[in-house]
Amino acid sequence: MRVFSIGLVISGIHLSMPLLFAAYGGLVSERSGVINIALEGMMLFGAFLGVAVTFWTGSPWLGLAAGVGLGILLGALHGLLSITVRADQIVSATAINLLALGVTAALIPTIWGQPGVSPTVARIPPVVLPGLSDLPLVGEIFAELSILDYVGFLMVPVAFYVLYRTPLGLRLRACGEVPEAAASTGVDVIRTRYLAVLTSGALAALGGVYLSLVQVGLFQRGMTQGRGFIALAAMIFGKWRPLPILAASLLLGFADAFQFRAQAVGLPLPHDLLLALPYLVALVALATFIGRATAPGAIGKPYVKD
Amino acid sequence: MDRRWRNAAGRIVASSLAPLIAVVGALLVGAVLLLAFGADPVEGYRALFVSAFGSEQALASTAIKAVPLVLVGVGITIAFRANVINIGGEGQLVAGGLLATVMALALPDLPAPVLLPLVLLAGAVGGAIWGGIPGALKAYLGVNEILSTIMLNIVAVQVMNFLLRGPLLDTSQISGLSRVPQTERLSPNADLPILIEGTRLHAGIIVALLAAVVVWVLLWRTTAGFRLRAVGLSPDAAAYAGMPVKRTVMLALALAGALAGLGGAVLVFGSVSHRMVTDGTTTGFTGAAGFNGIVAALFGGLHPLWTVLSSFVFGGLLVGGIAVQRVVQVPSSLIVALNGLVVVFVVSSELLRRRMRARALVPALRDPRPPRAPPAGGGRRPGTDRGSG
Repeated sequence: MRVFSIGLVISGIHLSMPLLFAAYGGLVSERSGVINIALEGMMLFGAFLGVAVTFWTGSPWLGLAAGVGLGILLGALHGLLSITVRADQIVSATAINLLALGVTAALIPTIWGQPGVSPTVARIPPVVLPGLSDLPLVGEIFAELSILDYVGFLMVPVAFYVLYRTPLGLRLRACGEVPEAAASTGVDVIRTRYLAVLTSGALAALGGVYLSLVQVGLFQRGMTQGRGFIALAAMIFGKWRPLPILAASLLLGFADAFQFRAQAVGLPLPHDLLLALPYLVALVALATFIGRATAPGAIGKPYVKD
Repeated sequence: MDRRWRNAAGRIVASSLAPLIAVVGALLVGAVLLLAFGADPVEGYRALFVSAFGSEQALASTAIKAVPLVLVGVGITIAFRANVINIGGEGQLVAGGLLATVMALALPDLPAPVLLPLVLLAGAVGGAIWGGIPGALKAYLGVNEILSTIMLNIVAVQVMNFLLRGPLLDTSQISGLSRVPQTERLSPNADLPILIEGTRLHAGIIVALLAAVVVWVLLWRTTAGFRLRAVGLSPDAAAYAGMPVKRTVMLALALAGALAGLGGAVLVFGSVSHRMVTDGTTTGFTGAAGFNGIVAALFGGLHPLWTVLSSFVFGGLLVGGIAVQRVVQVPSSLIVALNGLVVVFVVSSELLRRRMRARALVPALRDPRPPRAPPAGGGRRPGTDRGSG
């Protein structure tokens, strides 16, 4: 196995995709003015229920649906606490993260009778597109992509179009910048923010389902390992804009893939330090030539209807 | 009864009753959870409270768990009061622990009265550096601090894994089969002294309580603290008043880091094994205290002294969780979920409080005379609600 090969591209895509889904979840929520640090918990819950339902029914598609459904419910909870109750959005999200970590870990032995990890379940298979996978060189990549990978790449132009080219996107962004102004033109700020947070939950959970049902086909205690926070970092690194977020997710995902492969090949590198490298690079880039990242104007502030 | 009196009474009842109802609600849902796992909730809760608060030993264990939460939490209080969102407690704990460990390895023969303060100082310096970097990046280069602190958490953990598996690895471990990433037993001269014979309660608790008082004095009795809060409320107004906004932002993060770093040093020198040890996972060394400290601080209304109290509650839950697992045979991670439930319910109690206050104010609204203060029933925002002074 060489470090630089088609395999690197494949595993780079596989490691970027959960970040991309969750980061877009963060994007939708934060553009509407609601901070979502609960991405981590939503991913974890999504990953868990995806595997559990697949285990019970044998169908990873039902697992996918259940995981995303749970994500929407968690989005509703985050919305209830941070929009309706007007609680601190970071506290509300922290509560969800705690719930996710605790409930999923506690249910592993209850469901599967062993602590820490579930048995392997059916994975979401790669889609075989006749023709594409027979292409020289890139065919190998297409042969490994599942429907979720295509959904992920398709999500980028869709999100761009909805955010910048539709009335809904304009309303969403207005709610995140100056909700009072949005409200004065007749936009229902509360409803728009709810819609955004529900979508956010669905996307974050989809990222989790990708981790558990596309990458490995099992659930492990705390298996997101902070990826929700990395996705948040990718979102801010991408300055709350769809295309730069794609670039940031790919950068972090490929850096991860490179590290894994370097370790597997046995390159004499300090792997722990190598793991830290992409984050240092991102920080330096942000501090020097990328410039200021500006958060949406009304982010984190509960909206009070007059 | 005079109307104003009744309103005041209503407010007090509302503000003290709501959190109480919230905790009871969380415990009830937790009981349902326990039942769902086939355990007796009464027995489970008894085990939790007895093991967390029921004896001298129990209180000592709870206090030990609370110490890093207090230190991270009061640091978070400074940062959040200055409107700086510090998610970097984890990394700052690690950085503090590492620098303190290196200090103890470098100068193991210094007498205890010199070495112990020195390693604690090293911890604070390590944390201050790890907090000061994102502080400077935010103040002078406009780098979002949520992003930079999250990233520096990851960097710190990887640097720790590298050092504890390599240069700082216990040499006696290399021949052994288990290569736990840990240092050798550090100099006994740096051990935090045990306060109560027969328990594990160490002097870290004094460090934590002192830190909380110092932070309280800093925030509400000094010019620097006034600046921190002014910058947090409105950077523009603070700048207009001639305050050094950028320096204050950096100071807030560096101070938060210093306190967390102190917590890291306490974790090392108050540990049973007197080593710096991890298990390779991101929270292996800290036990997630960097995140739990945020919860404790927010739960404590971003007030240093209430943060001490809420740290003890969360510390108790952490300790009690293990007992619940043992006694009623449920996974101890259920207690993490219970933590989350408590936060959900306490957060929701804000709504309850608003409703109750609105009801208490209804007679005042009917009063033809205008009330003295504007009725604060509906419009109170949580952002302005954090603690008093």
